Amino acid sequence: MQMSMIEAIRDAMDVKMSQDPSVLTFGEDVGYFGGVFRCTAGLQEKHGLHRCFDTPISEGGIVGIAIGMAANGLRPVAEIQFADYIYPGYDQIASEAARLRYRSNGDFICPLTIRTPVGGGIFGGPTHSQSPEALFTHIAGLKTIIPSNPYDAKGLLISAIESDDPVLFLEPKRLYNGPFDGDHETPSVSWKGHDLGEVPDGHYTVELGKARMISEGSDLTLIAYGTMVWVAEAVAKNLGIRADIIDLRSLVPLDLDAIETSVKKTGRCVILHEATRTSGFGAELMAQVQERCFYHLEAPIRRVTGWDTPYPHAQEWAYFPGQKRVTHAVREVLEAA
Amino acid sequence: MQNLRQSFRRAAIGRSGTPSPFKAYLFMAKQQSNQSRLHVPEPPFRPGDTPDYSHIAVPTDHTPPRPDPLCDDYETAEHALKLIRVMRFNGETAGDWVPGLEPEVKRKMLRDMMLTRAMDDRMFAMQRQGKMSFYMKSRGEEAVSVGHAEALRDTDMVFPTYRQQAILISRGASMLEMMNQCLSNSGDPLQGKNIPVLYSFRKHGFFSISGNLGTQLIQAVGWAMAEAYKNEDGIASTFTGEGATAEGDFHYALNFASTYRAPCIINVVNNQWAISSFQGIAMGEGESFAARGTGYGLATLRVDGNDALAVYAATKWAAERARQGGGATVIEHFTYRAEGHSTSDDPSKYRPKDEAEVWPFGDPVERLKTHLVHIGEWDDERHAAYEKEAKLFVRETYKKAEALGTVETGPQVDDFTMFEQVYADPPELLLEQREMFRKELG
Repeated sequence: MQMSMIEAIRDAMDVKMSQDPSVLTFGEDVGYFGGVFRCTAGLQEKHGLHRCFDTPISEGGIVGIAIGMAANGLRPVAEIQFADYIYPGYDQIASEAARLRYRSNGDFICPLTIRTPVGGGIFGGPTHSQSPEALFTHIAGLKTIIPSNPYDAKGLLISAIESDDPVLFLEPKRLYNGPFDGDHETPSVSWKGHDLGEVPDGHYTVELGKARMISEGSDLTLIAYGTMVWVAEAVAKNLGIRADIIDLRSLVPLDLDAIETSVKKTGRCVILHEATRTSGFGAELMAQVQERCFYHLEAPIRRVTGWDTPYPHAQEWAYFPGQKRVTHAVREVLEAA
Repeated sequence: MQNLRQSFRRAAIGRSGTPSPFKAYLFMAKQQSNQSRLHVPEPPFRPGDTPDYSHIAVPTDHTPPRPDPLCDDYETAEHALKLIRVMRFNGETAGDWVPGLEPEVKRKMLRDMMLTRAMDDRMFAMQRQGKMSFYMKSRGEEAVSVGHAEALRDTDMVFPTYRQQAILISRGASMLEMMNQCLSNSGDPLQGKNIPVLYSFRKHGFFSISGNLGTQLIQAVGWAMAEAYKNEDGIASTFTGEGATAEGDFHYALNFASTYRAPCIINVVNNQWAISSFQGIAMGEGESFAARGTGYGLATLRVDGNDALAVYAATKWAAERARQGGGATVIEHFTYRAEGHSTSDDPSKYRPKDEAEVWPFGDPVERLKTHLVHIGEWDDERHAAYEKEAKLFVRETYKKAEALGTVETGPQVDDFTMFEQVYADPPELLLEQREMFRKELG
């Protein structure tokens, strides 16, 4: 069935809520209204007020009750309206959700899922555009997932809900309604007709920690996740190169085999993310590639990222690591001796 | 209590007068509309002062009436400003809140408090001998935990702080397991993952204690919401010291508890001191910590925390309200932290040495003892005998625990267990690090 990423995410929750009474969802405006991005539309009507409801504007409170519920045998799916608003809940995520199993030596566990939209491209400025994944991948005990398409979004979200670990599920909001190749001047396209917009009915899972190969080739390896997957694909196509494009799908756990196998084959690697550069997840990826593939490298590894600034409003496309910036890095890496 | 607060205020004013570095400029200014000066509250007594609380007439008439547990929340607004008491110092009981407890239950409460105190004393001494890294005593606050636990069902999940060890004692937890946890030895149920006293005993309805203060308040509300969601029978009860009521989590908890009418009890143990900061730092000029609940539409009770029977009665009321769908109650337990914050603390650096002795609400063990003696259900001989018995039991249990190792001498848990229980399903990178560690060992 053809679905947008919004519909796929909603369908994942619908499938789980239908199967398992311990699954419930809540957050700001998610109940009657169905969420500002419509990801929970219809769920309250179908499953009842107590299984899909509004919360106070209190991210620390939202995550806090989710932890208590998860420890008490439920599988809550908490929505944080924008990742930019997640910081009041950061203590609850970092100090509590991620640590509960460890500090109690398994006496209590915390199977919760936190969904939140990330990334720019919608003129959201500093407070509706951030990609804070690296602030979470640094936390032991937490899993961080980021899909790039409807098929994966549904399968990964079902896996996240079924996981006994706390999972942060990041949703690239620019991809909600269609793939985005980084060129804001071409008309938006929808997921309709895209292979990955074809989403099976009912229950299926995509394993957390397994990357997806978007394309295969021997010229170089492009490692990306979220929105940048589609920018990578567009650049490879425009340049006419044959590249391994790896969509990580999951940052923790990380598919090291996929990365290592590919970079050892191509000897060239460009890492892409929309988040700010310094201490971004790209730094970890570079370190992993260097440690594992150093003797196979034929060029320095390059990162293409957002700048180390807050996400600007009017200068959004100057900030966004679009095709031009990616193309430049890819050329450099391909042309290196 | 008004008296006590005013005395804090007066004392604070008496202490002010530190010259402002900006004073000269103020004189030079022509006229200034803002006449406020930065106010930093100070406790009435500091080291070297003679603490004197004689002006606090401990109220016999402060015990407010006991309303129906399903009353409207505003009917308890006055309870947040008064003090629920059951026992007079002479051992008599008075007022609406006297619980109809069998003498044997009261004796159990007394023994639980005494056993907790004996264990605390032993563990403190052993920490001083280097047997464990850290310890936290609960002297002076035993009635809060014991009175509370006695009024709940053992299946009600408590989200304690590090000073509620008496709840475990009351619920019959194994002291050996508790000591093993403190020693991080080979019998530690947490396998050395957490520091002493931060217990986790799901089997006794005792949630894993976080070292981050206040965070568990809102989790308890979530737990309680889940009980209601699942139509289960339990309620939740969560604790914070007065200091951590300043955390946002306290506000989240009160707000969510009110919004979703969560079956829970939110306890503020006001023991006057947050490490070295007196309660005025957390409270400002507020009337009481219980009164924080009033604005949220929650029931609020303020109870003499050194009166085990009053704590029992208040808890029973709040539990009944929660179980009948009336939602959460905020209970302030007014008490005094008789010793240091932890083994790392030296209270003589910031408060008069003998302040605990002159604290006007007495010692919780002595008060329940006096009551039991008064009603002819206890005497000095039995008290002395149990004191001895408790001490002996603690000593013997400690010996068994030490035989299983200490953090200094071992045997301890295998180091490789540090890689376990991070995830249900550990990522490859973590497994790789475990191998790196194996190589490091050679």
